[in-house]
Amino acid sequence: MRTRLLALVLLLLLAGCSSGSTRDDGRITLRFQSLAWQEESVEANRHLVNEWNAAHPDVRVEYVRGTWDSVHDQLLTAFEGGEAPDIIHDASDDLADFAYGGYLADLTGLLPARLKSAIPQRSWETTTFGDGIYGVPFLQEPRVLIANATWLRKSGVRIPTPDKPWSWAEFRRITERLSGRGTYGVAWPLKEPVSATLNLSLSAGGQLFHRGPDGKVTVRFGAADQTVPRTIHDQANTDRSASPTTLGSGGSDTLPGFFGGRYAMVPLGFSYRQQIVQQAPKGFDWQVLPAPAGAAGLTQGVSPQTLSIAEDCPHKKEAAAFLDFLLRPQNMVRLALGDWMLPTGTQALEDPALRTTRHGWATGTALAAHLRPAPAQTVRGYPEWKDKVATPALQEYYSGAIGLGELRERLEEDGNLVLARYQR
Amino acid sequence: MRTSRPARIGQYTALLAYLVFLAFPFLWLLSTAFKPPRELGSLHPTWIPKDPTLNNFRQAFEEQPLLHAALNSLLAALGAAVIAVLIATPMAYVVARRRTRLAKAVTGWVVVSQAFPFVLLIIPLFLVLKNLGLINSVPGLVLVYVVWALPFALWMLAGYVRAVPPELEEAAAVDGAGRVRTLVSVTAPLLAPGIVATALFAFITAWNEFFFALVLLKTPEKQTLPVVLTHFIGAEGVADLGPLAAAAFLATLPSLVVFALIQRRITGGMLTGAVKS
Repeated sequence: MRTRLLALVLLLLLAGCSSGSTRDDGRITLRFQSLAWQEESVEANRHLVNEWNAAHPDVRVEYVRGTWDSVHDQLLTAFEGGEAPDIIHDASDDLADFAYGGYLADLTGLLPARLKSAIPQRSWETTTFGDGIYGVPFLQEPRVLIANATWLRKSGVRIPTPDKPWSWAEFRRITERLSGRGTYGVAWPLKEPVSATLNLSLSAGGQLFHRGPDGKVTVRFGAADQTVPRTIHDQANTDRSASPTTLGSGGSDTLPGFFGGRYAMVPLGFSYRQQIVQQAPKGFDWQVLPAPAGAAGLTQGVSPQTLSIAEDCPHKKEAAAFLDFLLRPQNMVRLALGDWMLPTGTQALEDPALRTTRHGWATGTALAAHLRPAPAQTVRGYPEWKDKVATPALQEYYSGAIGLGELRERLEEDGNLVLARYQR
Repeated sequence: MRTSRPARIGQYTALLAYLVFLAFPFLWLLSTAFKPPRELGSLHPTWIPKDPTLNNFRQAFEEQPLLHAALNSLLAALGAAVIAVLIATPMAYVVARRRTRLAKAVTGWVVVSQAFPFVLLIIPLFLVLKNLGLINSVPGLVLVYVVWALPFALWMLAGYVRAVPPELEEAAAVDGAGRVRTLVSVTAPLLAPGIVATALFAFITAWNEFFFALVLLKTPEKQTLPVVLTHFIGAEGVADLGPLAAAAFLATLPSLVVFALIQRRITGGMLTGAVKS
């Protein structure tokens, strides 16, 4: 019996040995690692890859699904080991290390003029490091307010539009007005408070990171940087118009309370609409509102999803041709619809499917022109500053444990010490 | 020694509470797996789905190659468990029985090696496996899991070896058994629960492991279950909760089956009566 069991194990192991090597038939094979995960999005990617393969028998693209979880470590290992995929899907704020490390191909001379001109310069800035372009930004999402439409209508508050958004002060007044016993005007999901705070602060003219003439970056938490954190803090601690329990939650965690009538609004990424469509109870009326505006209007920071080519890829020209195909306006629309996000391409943004009022698409599309590179995009040492300094400091400030003075002190003094180490 | 009735009731209540506590995540996973999306977003979730559905399972199987991934996981976990035990058992015997400085140093190193973070090891390991042509292969993954499980397996088994009274081996020697005969006929059977427990540890560790599998396996047909499960999770932790719960529920079943099959061997009390007290 034991001998048989051992033989079975060895047989199973040998079965696992069979390698999945590609055929050596002279065709070029490009490995495309996609991080698309939603059913419609995976479907759209697969269809586009199949269409490419059908039209290009000599350059076959192999679709491989990656995962957002640990993508940085996975890619880093693959780059170090010379086993990276040829075409890489990632987010622009993850590219700096790879670009400066020489792992990604400079796309400046590889991309066709059509693709370059299809995407606005402000989006290209998210993937430009030094003199090179290291990724094509193709999907992005603004942060919006998802609101309980019935609640808002009944309360009689002014409904904001992209043309006439709420100011931060007005937003605070309205959330206070919407709050009652056990109910809140807003639920901020701030499990990861740094990017939400920094990206929204751009609307008030906040910069936080300031690059000097010597190229070195320092943190300055000025008056404009304080508008958004102050609003959130006061909503949660002074007005009691923001639920204190959701400050440590992720976006999905706030949805049951939102559907259950506990919160009137939830600030979320644009793509969360897919979950809302799936999970909202029948008859639940919701709508998408623009995030509040400040001195700089509706401006906010984003880190678009990107497509890059590995420096080690021996067929960069063919890979760039595939990117050009994948990101044609009509294809960009398919990818955007699949991911419930906005395309970066100006022509793609004009597509009627993205201009419909259904599910708030039109509101999101109207915000596209106001999206800018996230402030931390090219700051070296940002991940450490975020994890060690900014996240705990903002969490303590939002919970009311520390005041604005201490928040500034920690962001600036501790933060600049961290950044200095990366800029010697 | 007899315990009083109230004390016994207290003990059973505490045990029951502990079992409920342990079972909670699994039962919640089971409940979630059968809930339609609208119930997943409910402010007042119920244990029993009001409108149970198999859609999550259908979607999970349609979207991901779960069975293939489960087979890959099984190969990797079984391979790691068998090989780790085969290597660790004789090593553990030597470490436990020979109280030399070298044995102590080996034990110390074993403990220290457990503190190394994955990320520190993965790049050199990746390069070694690449040179061996074992990237994107289940045997390569088995090799990594064996290396990963070996220190703890050695440490664990050494403890079991120490629990076997040396007097038994001495008695066998007095009766004329040679060293090999003593090891095979006397020591090994007494170590069986330890070997089973160690194999189980190696199996579960490999079955659940994510990061090495993510980095080492490139093509979809080689990926293991934990890697495939993350395909239901998007950027910033957003998850397709229903299919994820359904797939995760299925992924826990093999571990439970293995536990159920061999738990008696772990708790069998093989040493009972071996030594007169």
